[in-house]
Amino acid sequence: MILSTMAKRSIFTALALILLGPGLALAQLRIEIVDGVEGAMPIAIVPFDWRSSEPEPATTVSNIISANLARSGLFEPMAENGMIDRPVQPAEVQFGTWRLLKVDHLVIGQVRDAADGFGYEIEYHLLDVLSGRILLSQAMGVGPGDLRFGAHRISDAIYEALLGAPGAFATRIAYVVASGEGSGDPLYELVVADADGFNEQAVVRNAEPILSPTWSPDARKLAYVSFATGRSNVIVQDLYTGQNEVVSSEPGINGAPAFSPDGRYLAVSLSRSGSPNIWLIDLDGQQSPRQLTRHWSINTEPVFSADGQEVLFTSDRAGRPQIYRIGIDGEGVDRLTFEGRYNAHASLGPEDRMMAVIFSEGNEDYRIAVHDRETGRLSVLSDGRLDESPSFAPNGSMILYAARQDGRGVLAAASVDGRVRQRLVTGAGEVREPAWSPIVGTGLTTSDTTDGR
Amino acid sequence: MNTALRLIAIVMLAGLLAACARQTTPEPEPPVAEPPTEQPEPPVTDRIDPRDFTDVRNLDNPDSLLSQRVVYFEFDRSNIRAQFRPIIEAHAAYVRANPSARVILEGHADERGSREYNLALGERRGNAVEEAMEAGRANSSQLEVVSYGEERPVCRNSDDDCWQRNRRVEIVYSAR
Repeated sequence: MILSTMAKRSIFTALALILLGPGLALAQLRIEIVDGVEGAMPIAIVPFDWRSSEPEPATTVSNIISANLARSGLFEPMAENGMIDRPVQPAEVQFGTWRLLKVDHLVIGQVRDAADGFGYEIEYHLLDVLSGRILLSQAMGVGPGDLRFGAHRISDAIYEALLGAPGAFATRIAYVVASGEGSGDPLYELVVADADGFNEQAVVRNAEPILSPTWSPDARKLAYVSFATGRSNVIVQDLYTGQNEVVSSEPGINGAPAFSPDGRYLAVSLSRSGSPNIWLIDLDGQQSPRQLTRHWSINTEPVFSADGQEVLFTSDRAGRPQIYRIGIDGEGVDRLTFEGRYNAHASLGPEDRMMAVIFSEGNEDYRIAVHDRETGRLSVLSDGRLDESPSFAPNGSMILYAARQDGRGVLAAASVDGRVRQRLVTGAGEVREPAWSPIVGTGLTTSDTTDGR
Repeated sequence: MNTALRLIAIVMLAGLLAACARQTTPEPEPPVAEPPTEQPEPPVTDRIDPRDFTDVRNLDNPDSLLSQRVVYFEFDRSNIRAQFRPIIEAHAAYVRANPSARVILEGHADERGSREYNLALGERRGNAVEEAMEAGRANSSQLEVVSYGEERPVCRNSDDDCWQRNRRVEIVYSAR
């Protein structure tokens, strides 16, 4: 087996999130699986051999990978204490043993100090137990603080190798936590956490409402709406430098930001010319803001198509909120949703095929629904009364949304086919306005060979 | 006795008295017909006429329409219902007569549906009140609409009663 590897230094550590100060790390966000699929794939993640001179963290790389795969609802990782054997290299694997344990796939590996002493090198192998073949062998260099992130990248690679679609473990989620509302001393926090709920950090704290956080395509920035001045403003916050910039503070509404796929433009809803309409702001500042829609109705919640050539938005121009599209040149307005009395807050899945919305048949229940734009099929995914703010995972596997449970704002997630459901359990406060990040840019180098022995 | 103990004693005593009071089943009070008392006309000099909508004192006078500062709306609507017209007209008259007055019309929505759409809906309601005040010849430079959407509810239950109270425009004087 050939395993060539070179660990380039991770820039991820250097880009650690800028915190507001000490004491802002929040209670742990916990993501629990509510429903998984029947016949989830049995897999064993054997504890990776720890060969570093540093002490091994309490939560190991294999623990993180197992938890990720279990949470997806599509895998059934074996408990460590059921593992009779702990091979490290493919040559050591007794496939018969694992066949008896009814495991379809096996992941083995080791963590050692990087050759230059900075950080670690993780080597791992994904094996097919039935055929005895090696499906994937990789080694990656990670910085000293990046073991978790490395484990997420490995989870993504395993997910893709076995399911044929990219994983979304090396991502983050942003959301708003409101506490003390109605107490006269409310607190609103814009919070960012890893997709598995770890590293939960408040990046903005405010006594006035925060809403509509949205990620830049490189997952480095968040745009959001702040009422800090008593009026709505659109702010872009750099998560790595901590810098923030008010990018829109026009008279009237400044709302609903969305980055263009190239990150250069921010679509927003502004009512500076009367009714709320969609405008494009050039974040490079070279062009003045350009009005995209021109209509007396409400026009808000813009979202770019994957190619950046059109913008989907919510409008009540036909009487009730429905989803429309418009070309980036301002031409060709089409209505996209006809089923249901209320379709709002579009979120697009990969390649724009699926569109998640807030959906209502009448005035009663607001649920998350997905429109398949190829077949025209509509499926309602959630079962709450006041579900809102759908946000697709970047691989399209899950839709994160806000719901109310026992009078409290909570987050939940469901797979597009409705088979997998997750509950996101947080500390105190109302949780709302979730936004799933794009795939977090690589700071890691990997090399792989997928040839057999 | 320290304060805490004294408080406990008072609370217990009050509870005891209440319990005693409950033991006697009171006769149902016969409806007392209010005698149609002629209100004696108070001296004209220091009396506020609640219908004088130019008088700053009426902003705090519960008998005056000017003390009413909330306009309520129907679901997903922004049209002004007839019962709120007199309130808006009273404030229009006040603003017209008091050039230094400044009014913020705070638009709000109930929690159902999308937050950004509700932000727009709150503004539409604020605009409807602004237009009605301008129709009452209030100077638009004294008026400003700010929408908070569903972000500042006055009532936090997820039911019709709360939703009705949250669908509103508040007429807020930043300067009288």
